Amino acid sequence: MKEFLSMSGYGAYVWSCYGITALVLIGNFWSARRDRDQALLHAKRRAQARQGEDA
Amino acid sequence: MWLWFHKLSSPPYAYRTAGRLRPWFLWPAVIAMLIATYGGLVMAPADYQQKDAFRIIYVHAPSAILSLMVYTSMAIAAAVGVIWRIKLAHAVAAACAPVGAWFTVITLLTGSIYGKPMWGTWWEWDPRLTSELILLFLYLGYMALRASFDDTQRADRASAILAIVGVVNVPIVKYSVVWWNSLHQGPSISKFAKPSIDASMLWPLLLMLVAFILYFLAILCDRVRAEILKRERDARWLSETVVGAQP
Repeated sequence: MKEFLSMSGYGAYVWSCYGITALVLIGNFWSARRDRDQALLHAKRRAQARQGEDA
Repeated sequence: MWLWFHKLSSPPYAYRTAGRLRPWFLWPAVIAMLIATYGGLVMAPADYQQKDAFRIIYVHAPSAILSLMVYTSMAIAAAVGVIWRIKLAHAVAAACAPVGAWFTVITLLTGSIYGKPMWGTWWEWDPRLTSELILLFLYLGYMALRASFDDTQRADRASAILAIVGVVNVPIVKYSVVWWNSLHQGPSISKFAKPSIDASMLWPLLLMLVAFILYFLAILCDRVRAEILKRERDARWLSETVVGAQP
């Protein structure tokens, strides 16, 4: 296990690369989802407000 | 085919389709990423020259390929939007930009960390590295240009021109290692020639590439939906779809 983590001495380089990639991929996923949900919420409020006017 | 294309360019249909497709891209992407990570970190043997540092390639190369692929998709979508005046194509182009920019950031950062032990430097003004940096500026310029317009249609047209002109940089990045003397290593996988790496090292790389493509498509579904919601906010179909839908 120790050997695996040390990556023949390149551990710091290898793990930081995998860490950065994982972080960016997860961050991207959340921000895309948040944007979608916010847009949906705005659209919903707008539609409801318009329905209120019509009534 | 054309009928399908025509149907897909209608916002309500595209909105629903993107929502339906998303899980089919997302879950295979997650599973493939986990398997490819295991394959790359544990199962593949260490390189005879680069030892275990070569394992960085499994995140670096797929990100680099995606950074170019996403830009090309963005430029094609922008061109379709300009030529056939399809609003949805502009929405797709706009949705590509942030994902592509982040792939470029991963490429540059992991490349820099890869370069330190292999070349003895974090950065070099080398053709491959410099052209990839220009790619990042193109993405950022595209997004900044879009953000500078209040009117979506004008933003679409202006940013489309930038995306289309910037596409010349894509072959420059791709072939920079072949055209010029570069510090960067040559391609390991090629469509036409036998790959220059062993099968045990190759399969996690290809699987990771597939995973990244699926991941991109899943993110694209969300971003395209957000774009459609913003653009079609006064359309009747939208209010009918949206009211009652859980955010």
